[in-house]
Amino acid sequence: MEFTIFILLLPVLMFLFLGLAGHKLKPSVAGLCGTISLGTVAVISYITAFQYFTAPRVNGVFETLVPLNMEWLRLTEHLHIDLGILLDPISVMMLVVVSTVSFMVHIYSMGYMKGEKGFQRYYAFLSLFTFSMMGLVLATNIFQMYIFWELVGVSSYLLIGFYFTKPSAVAASKKAFIVTRFADLGFLAGILVLSFFSNTFSFTELMNGSCTSVLQSAAGQTFLGGSVIAWGLGLMFMGGAGKSAMFPFHIWLPDAMEGPTPVSALIHAATMVVAGVYLVARMFPLFIDYAPDVLAGIAYIGAFTALFSAVIACVQTDIKRVLAFSTISQIGFMIVALGVCTGKDAHEGLGYMASMFHLFTHAMFKALLFLGAGSIIHAVHSNEMSDMGGLRKYMPITHITFLIACLAIAGIPPFSGFFSKDEILAAAFKYSSMIGWLMTFVAGLTAFYMFRLYYNIFWGKEHKHEHTPHESPLTMSFPLMFLAAVTVVAGFIPFGTLVSSNGEAYHIHLDIVVASISVCVAVISIIIATIFYRKEEQPIPDMLGKKFRSLHTAATHRFYIDEVWMFITHKIIFRCISTPIAWFDRHVVDGFMNFLAWSTQEASFSIRGFQSGRVQQYAYVFLIGALVIIIGLLLLFI
Amino acid sequence: MEIQVEYYLIISTIMLFAGVFGFLTRKNTLAMLISVELILNATDINFAVFNRYLFPEQLEGHFFALFAIAIAAAETAIAIAIIINIYRNVRSIQVKDLEEMKH
Repeated sequence: MEFTIFILLLPVLMFLFLGLAGHKLKPSVAGLCGTISLGTVAVISYITAFQYFTAPRVNGVFETLVPLNMEWLRLTEHLHIDLGILLDPISVMMLVVVSTVSFMVHIYSMGYMKGEKGFQRYYAFLSLFTFSMMGLVLATNIFQMYIFWELVGVSSYLLIGFYFTKPSAVAASKKAFIVTRFADLGFLAGILVLSFFSNTFSFTELMNGSCTSVLQSAAGQTFLGGSVIAWGLGLMFMGGAGKSAMFPFHIWLPDAMEGPTPVSALIHAATMVVAGVYLVARMFPLFIDYAPDVLAGIAYIGAFTALFSAVIACVQTDIKRVLAFSTISQIGFMIVALGVCTGKDAHEGLGYMASMFHLFTHAMFKALLFLGAGSIIHAVHSNEMSDMGGLRKYMPITHITFLIACLAIAGIPPFSGFFSKDEILAAAFKYSSMIGWLMTFVAGLTAFYMFRLYYNIFWGKEHKHEHTPHESPLTMSFPLMFLAAVTVVAGFIPFGTLVSSNGEAYHIHLDIVVASISVCVAVISIIIATIFYRKEEQPIPDMLGKKFRSLHTAATHRFYIDEVWMFITHKIIFRCISTPIAWFDRHVVDGFMNFLAWSTQEASFSIRGFQSGRVQQYAYVFLIGALVIIIGLLLLFI
Repeated sequence: MEIQVEYYLIISTIMLFAGVFGFLTRKNTLAMLISVELILNATDINFAVFNRYLFPEQLEGHFFALFAIAIAAAETAIAIAIIINIYRNVRSIQVKDLEEMKH
């Protein structure tokens, strides 16, 4: 499996090539280069996945392979930072997801970004982004993960701020970067705490039990009422919550819509936002063994985020923002699924499998939704739903693929979203019926807002357009069709046999009660959405909006969380903490340093007369000195 | 009548301090060079005198004096070459004019 190194090498080389020499190439050539390299990466990923999953199991589980590991920094005798490649079921699954979606986005961008200024730069950044995500997924140790984690942050910053002449895009990129960095602070602290007690960064060592005794003794030590391991894992989850846009760190994701649409698709579907889910899944055995309470807390955070953002999604008018809040909600589903696990056994850990399954299927249909949205925006040159309507006649391919994705995310069988969401609901019901019903309700909301979006775009009142909307070129419609095909069939993959909490094959069997309830809820929600938004005039939503005006306004303003953050940062952190520190730094620290420099300079000016270059003066001083010494010696010895 | 050693020493002391004084006070580099020659000659006298009075059967002091004369000649040649070069560059051999490498 040594060839997996090319999965990392190709994108980074392509980034360097396009970044350094891209401006000399024609845009189409640069795009083709980027796409071909990513296509190769995708092929390598598929081969890896095929070889990995067809290899014989050892004791009923897939082996964890480390085809490559180089020691990079040795801190102490035991603690060292490595760079390498780790293959286990979830990383191989992520390889397939990331490379597929990224490849589709590369193809799609050739059409979507055609004629944009900085086309080569765009492809260079895409390559960098893919590289960092692949590095994150394949990391052999927490520290490598952290390095690539930050690289993902940087490349998302570059991509979201791609239109750097647009102030809102610049603000959004900064916001995304700062918010996720802020959360990463927790991640770093968690890494330090955990590695301090376990004395290793390596995932394999953490998971295979070679440091169990150390961890157990550390778990006994408490800090503020929780074991230190629980604190470490909780802090690590903070980093994950930042990247995965969990409440209250979700504020950056809707703003990130300012970037080019394919970028939104990439960030949302397959890469950045699932990093947090991936992190929790990666640390899952530790969570289960040492911090089940933290895991339960994670479940509640996920559930609240899912509900919260689904409600906001119901009233947004910008189609990309609806999709952004929908992503937050769906990531919440995945986090809930991980949180409701109670053990490593395949039945107790059903949520683990469900979460990964949903991650897989969601990546496909969310990428499809975003790329579809991009195709629509490409046609009507607007993000606002009110500028669309009645597009189904003009854009048949986009229409059908978008509908498939909507059905999938709403959880209608036999589309893939149904299967994965159903496993999540089953796991949630097994944990507590309260969370189960809550998540069912959120699933209903999902179906509702997705079909609100669908009807407003493709049905309803036809809007006057500058030019008649047209179907997108093949470079854009091919990824749509491909992803739609995957969305249709992905649910039938025997996912449980490939990925499960303890590695043993688990045969998914539908919980008929849960499945029928969720399908009923979804269908009812779709019917409600149809009644509300199918027609050109929409009296019922208008009436409801007027009746619950305060709720509606609050939801449109995203429940003022952004304002709360602004208050915390500007009024509290800046004014009460940063300003005094800045004063101290400017006056005391800088003043001391300036004094040192000033006194050195003065001293050197005052003594530089000694070095006059006048030989006679030197001789004079020498003579006087010699005399003084001689007289001194005489006085001493006589 | 034997001349006493002190007389020689008085002369060499006067020459030495005249040389030192000249080296410290002359403004002309050639005059400074001559002062250095005075210092050297004073020591040469001392070598010869000490050898003659303390160890009359040996010759080390005389040879030292000869060496010093030879080295002084070489040193003078170099010093004059330097002074000529200085003159070519700054058209003066006054010490106060040689300030190019100061500080």
